Amino acid sequence: MKEEFPKGEIKSIKGRSFVIKGDDIDTDRIIPARFLKCVSFSALGEQVFADDRKELQGNHPFDLAKNKGANILIVNDNFGCGSSREHAPQALMRWGIRLIIGESFAEIFFGNCLALGIPCLTSSKKQIATLQDLVNENPKQIWNFKLDELSISNQREIFRLNLEEGAYKMLYHGKWDATSQLLDEEERIKKTFDNLPYLNNFK
Amino acid sequence: MSSGTLYDKVWDLHRVRELPGGSTQLFIGLHLIHEVTSPQAFSAIHEKNLRVKFPKLTVATVDHIVPTSSQKRPFPDPLAEEMLTTLEKNCESHGITFHGIGSNSQGVVHVMAPELGLTQPGMTVACGDSHTSTHGAFGAIAFGIGTSQVRDVLASQTLAIKKLKVRRIWVDGVLQKGVYAKDLILHIIRHLGVKGGVGFAYEFAGPAIEKLSMEERMTICNMAIEGGARCGYINPDETTFTYLKGKEYSPKDQAWDKAIHWWKSLASDLKAKYDDEIQLDGSSIEPTVTWGITPGQGISIKEKIPNPELLPQNEQQIAIDACKYMNLEPEQPIEGTSIDVCFIGSCTNGRFSDLQEASKIVKGHTVATGIRAFVVPGSQKVAQEAKQKGIDKIFIQAGFEWREPGCSMCLAMNPDKLEGRQISASSSNRNFKGRQGSANGRTLLMSPAMVAAAAINGKVTDVRKLLQE
Repeated sequence: MKEEFPKGEIKSIKGRSFVIKGDDIDTDRIIPARFLKCVSFSALGEQVFADDRKELQGNHPFDLAKNKGANILIVNDNFGCGSSREHAPQALMRWGIRLIIGESFAEIFFGNCLALGIPCLTSSKKQIATLQDLVNENPKQIWNFKLDELSISNQREIFRLNLEEGAYKMLYHGKWDATSQLLDEEERIKKTFDNLPYLNNFK
Repeated sequence: MSSGTLYDKVWDLHRVRELPGGSTQLFIGLHLIHEVTSPQAFSAIHEKNLRVKFPKLTVATVDHIVPTSSQKRPFPDPLAEEMLTTLEKNCESHGITFHGIGSNSQGVVHVMAPELGLTQPGMTVACGDSHTSTHGAFGAIAFGIGTSQVRDVLASQTLAIKKLKVRRIWVDGVLQKGVYAKDLILHIIRHLGVKGGVGFAYEFAGPAIEKLSMEERMTICNMAIEGGARCGYINPDETTFTYLKGKEYSPKDQAWDKAIHWWKSLASDLKAKYDDEIQLDGSSIEPTVTWGITPGQGISIKEKIPNPELLPQNEQQIAIDACKYMNLEPEQPIEGTSIDVCFIGSCTNGRFSDLQEASKIVKGHTVATGIRAFVVPGSQKVAQEAKQKGIDKIFIQAGFEWREPGCSMCLAMNPDKLEGRQISASSSNRNFKGRQGSANGRTLLMSPAMVAAAAINGKVTDVRKLLQE
């Protein structure tokens, strides 16, 4: 089966969810450096959280049968800190993750996820704890994320989420893949170049 | 909102336009690339039938996967060799300058670019590497990016990015003898936390910062990201200009005078407005060592490992995890902790002055029995200078291994790795679980001089005791 990666407008995501508990989970843990020895991202899905999974011998959330096919990850504070490696969100995406909700995200990680069309939304510590409890109680339940409402809900509960306006618009309008937008106005790029003293021999 | 800071001025000069999505299209004046985060970006360029828009503004080197025992080609690891040849091909086909193996300018990207004079005040610098914040030491806006953004810079020389807030970190006083830039930045991160800087650029200023050399300033800015700040910088001054004078890519003759004039105008105004300001006393800082699994878990050499129960509630769980992972007992002194491996190197502390300071500690001593200690110069130029001044011999005579330049055991993408539960004294920047190549290996971060002291005594040592001898 060919995997469908995010494309275009991302207005809703539906699916099962699971929890990765803990603050300050760094990108070295999400994808250890030895797996960065590659010229393509294609094999990274299997290696997500490799060392943590090895340590837990099959009991890591990414190995549990009940989480297979889930696409929403609920995390805690400062998720994705450390190295700028895009291999981390690539590994999560290639495993199947399409949405991450947590207390907060490290900046580069947030931007890397956005560039792949994976929304990272935040909520308060208390709300996240409640959401994590609900997810853990019933891993089979389906969650419904709606971008325009900035919410995720199951059949009974609804959680309000936060997302900065820029990221919201990019996802809403399908403009998160920035390259083409950046090439829209090449003349203005050239003009900026021409005005920079250090690129024009300080004239 | 900040105004009149160097960050504001440089940002405005590089702003191409505001994007409909709410972010800014920002021009990147210097784009640095290496073998780990660029190949997929080039693939994307090829797939989309794009070209590299300003090939002269991108500069490449190879550092992460380089073996340090010998740089002979082909590398024994076929994956490492493939990554290098991929970069060579990409640079060649797009006309990008590559400081590769065999050149006298290869090195860790954040070491070699400044020493060539590529990094200058007032630039925007981006690289697919979080420690790009290093280049802020020159009064540049420099930050790490992911591979999709590397692709964007290659294709357009611009990025879609949001402006950060600016926090000024003012450091009074003078650093004591035996206290180095590394101690200062570990101290700052300890106090502001590993996510305290999210959403901010850090401006480091004040008497203690102004007294630092360029290499020390690079150590400070290098680790801004470990405090969550994607970007850290220091206003350019005479120290900056003296360092840049005569460097290969520095402006020459008339352009030099004009450059200085322009660079001076970029420094934050006296009346600049900051989004946040904090003040620290540099004189009271002591040699600092991390005991845990985040760079924020640092204590002075005189302190004991904290009791998690006595920490603020939001730090307790990670402290419990850290004690368990590190196999360290709460309320034990950090001084005297036995170590197995000593690593001096990395983009944080692999520069000439780092090696020189460490060599002063090592001179006349030998590495303790059973300790594996090695020095990895940050670049070919660092290695050359160290050899010219006999510093390599001091280390070798003491029982250190002297290696070839690269990132080495900072992140262990090459053969230099911890084994099993080994614990290292390391001059690098991250003590994350598994960071140094063993899934359960352990890392204590400290200054290069402190690593040297640990190597001699086989345990964590207050370097000031050796300085007194």
